[in-house]
Amino acid sequence: MVEKELTIQLETGLQARPAAKFVQEANRFSSDIFLEKDGKRVNAKSIMGVMSLAIGSKEVVELQAEGPDEQQAMDSLITFIENS
Amino acid sequence: MIKVRTKDLIERFDLELVAGKDGVHREILTSDISRPGMEMAGYFTHYPKERLQLMGRTELLFLYDLNPDEIQDRMEQLCTDVTPGVVITRDLDVPKALIKAADNAGVPVMRSPYKTTRVISRLTTYLESKFAPSTALHGVLVDVYGIGVLITGKSGIGKSETALELVKRGHRLVADDNVEIRQEDYDTLIGNPPNLIEHLLEIRGLGIINVMTLFGAGAVRNYKRISLVVHLETWDEHKQYDRLGLDEAKMTIMDVQLPKATIPVRPGRNVSVIIEVAAMNFRLKRMGVNTAEEFSDRLTAVIDDVDKREIE
Repeated sequence: MVEKELTIQLETGLQARPAAKFVQEANRFSSDIFLEKDGKRVNAKSIMGVMSLAIGSKEVVELQAEGPDEQQAMDSLITFIENS
Repeated sequence: MIKVRTKDLIERFDLELVAGKDGVHREILTSDISRPGMEMAGYFTHYPKERLQLMGRTELLFLYDLNPDEIQDRMEQLCTDVTPGVVITRDLDVPKALIKAADNAGVPVMRSPYKTTRVISRLTTYLESKFAPSTALHGVLVDVYGIGVLITGKSGIGKSETALELVKRGHRLVADDNVEIRQEDYDTLIGNPPNLIEHLLEIRGLGIINVMTLFGAGAVRNYKRISLVVHLETWDEHKQYDRLGLDEAKMTIMDVQLPKATIPVRPGRNVSVIIEVAAMNFRLKRMGVNTAEEFSDRLTAVIDDVDKREIE
């Protein structure tokens, strides 16, 4: 399992559209991917789960991935969060 | 973890704040409630000062038999810097010494018109539900014939679609995709949706839909006790699925064991109907009818019969 703490750079936070994009990106991988904020852990492949966290700009989340392509998944999602 | 403060109790139970209003922001750390009977008699060695204190007729009548100095001393010892509050029941008069001690120490004194035992049980229930251990799971919670069924399985297996069909068939959606679960008592799990996504369902191809505005108030529930787990997975030819229903598989969530059925999904299998039947079968078992066991007994009886005849 790989995990990393990230700060959301997106100025608007993870609103509906960016959240959907994030979930779409996560769904490209077969690993189990989770997103955690304030002790609440959700499946990163579930749009409702990710949106229920209501992640704002500059908030810190923890990304965890476990499975055959965990490292690729991690790299790709980190790039997504840091560059969008 | 949600913090419970004394002012939450005042709002929830409509208590009258008599004294110590500086302390309404004190945090309540335990669901235990103390009735300070021994303390009124002067024994403070094991005084559980961090608990909410509840004084009924017995404690107050005992207090009135003491002399004023003793009363003042005990009230001062009762109101410590960590005591979250003192509740007086039955609308009884609050002793002046208590008002004074409470104002000095900033311990809220509240009054309720109800009987002591009633107040204790309502406060305990409220506090225990607030302090209950909780977790969140990826799954969909539906109320099917009154049975809370938690549908789990990988993303894209069709949990939400199954829930939609169940709603269409007259059942109720509790939470889609993300279920907050708290354990009440030692054997009860209550599931509810996160506030933000209450009544919502995400269907691939349609997007987010609101089940309550589409299907009406009868199609949703705000919380439901979870009784059964149905795990959906893609049909695996090499895996053995339960063919008899004699052995019950279990899933453990926090400290609670729930019966779990693994349902293989493939085209042509109507998962919603299978879940409906699973829920009905669960009810039937609870009423004492176990079809699988009854059939197995019948089969054994017939085999025994044949064996006997052969011997004769």
